[in-house]
Amino acid sequence: MSIASKANALWEYANPKKFLTTTERVLPFFWISSAVFIVVGLVWGFFFTPDDYKQGSTVKIIYLHVPSALMAINCWIMMLATSLVWLVRRHHVSALAARAAAPVGIVMTLIALATGAIWGQPMWGTWWAWDPRLTSFLILFLFYLGYVALWEAIEDPDTAADLTSVLCLVGSVFAFLSRYAVNFWNQGLHQGASVMRVGAVTGTDTEEKVSNIFFFPLLVCIIGFVLLFIALVFYRTGTEIRARRIKALIARERVNG
Amino acid sequence: MIALLKRDLTLAFRAGGGFGLGLAFFLIVTVLVPFSVGPQSSLLSTIAPGVLWLGALLACLLSLDRLLALDWEDGSLDLLATAPLPLESVVTIKALAHWITTGLPLVLAAPVLGVLLNLPVPGFFWLVVSLALGTPALSVIGTFGAALTVGLKRGGLLLSLLVLPLYVPTLIFGAEVARRGATGMETATPLLMLAGITAATIALLPFASAAVLRVNLR
Repeated sequence: MSIASKANALWEYANPKKFLTTTERVLPFFWISSAVFIVVGLVWGFFFTPDDYKQGSTVKIIYLHVPSALMAINCWIMMLATSLVWLVRRHHVSALAARAAAPVGIVMTLIALATGAIWGQPMWGTWWAWDPRLTSFLILFLFYLGYVALWEAIEDPDTAADLTSVLCLVGSVFAFLSRYAVNFWNQGLHQGASVMRVGAVTGTDTEEKVSNIFFFPLLVCIIGFVLLFIALVFYRTGTEIRARRIKALIARERVNG
Repeated sequence: MIALLKRDLTLAFRAGGGFGLGLAFFLIVTVLVPFSVGPQSSLLSTIAPGVLWLGALLACLLSLDRLLALDWEDGSLDLLATAPLPLESVVTIKALAHWITTGLPLVLAAPVLGVLLNLPVPGFFWLVVSLALGTPALSVIGTFGAALTVGLKRGGLLLSLLVLPLYVPTLIFGAEVARRGATGMETATPLLMLAGITAATIALLPFASAAVLRVNLR
């Protein structure tokens, strides 16, 4: 099969029926494998890795913190991609997938923020600091809230899909901008504060500094979270499609009756 | 375009247009700050640039839900959409009118309120410069938010929820200019960033606002 025909095959899933039958077939696989990966990763991480020599056992929250933070960002990127597909090709499944993913993203952001706070308390001596990374995550959370609120506020589904898609595009630019603006702002505010420096060293994105002993269970957890995210989005998109169908059936009934 | 600008300005200045409400709100916020944090002048002069920027931002936000909603209600927005003028220019003019009636008075009033908050002397110049550069971006971003929520019955609160996160970069750089200016530090970098944000939003965001408005009008 050539690349072009393979790319065309992807668009078949824009058909809600095709999407539903396929996802129903693969969903059990995603549920079970994500559960296996997360359980194995967490058990491995919690019970079979040594304590960090400086951080003690608190380091183990990394197995929840890093995957959820990763998925919180990836979820927004997925929403951006599906919004673009909706705006360009007008596939309803795409818009519904973006709608279905947003609450998952909110929960992932909350998990990342909460575990970060729990980690930060013993490590930095504070639940919250206006560290650039923490702050930009909070801003991402606000973007998610606005996005979901706009979906909920508009009655007509196509209008809602259009408006939220544009909001997602514009919001992405501003979220990206905020990420770097926040970096700038904090350096201007507290130059070289020690809490921030510790944060940068033990921070989540310095994975190359994480020892291999911790890295492999972390990798398993990340894979598990990716699978869980896919399963949740498939499942929720299916629900959205069915809800839309019920609405259409009711409307048809009213017209005929 | 000029006619539309004149019309919007006249509507805003005449009775019931709400001109000056934002200014009064700005004044009240500034007066309330010392009540909430205490009257120590050293503390006030530290937080003055940030408080004035935040006050200006909130005053700007307050008048956004009237920006397009009134035209939506009486149907003149539909007429504007079918007029030969492209919708992109319409929203740009709307944003400009909003800036002249809300942003510009805030810029002019800020130094007076700076006296109330004991703003350090070098800060006055930079406060005015940063507000003059930053408030156009606030108006343009706000127009986008207003266009998103124009058809909704209770859009006011949602509008704030949508627009405030978009205001973050502007606020950061604008308040940074004012704060650095007040403490006598170098202001060039945040000032350039602020100018960049304003220029980019003016250049690009009207297209998004017009697209959203078309969806809402269909």
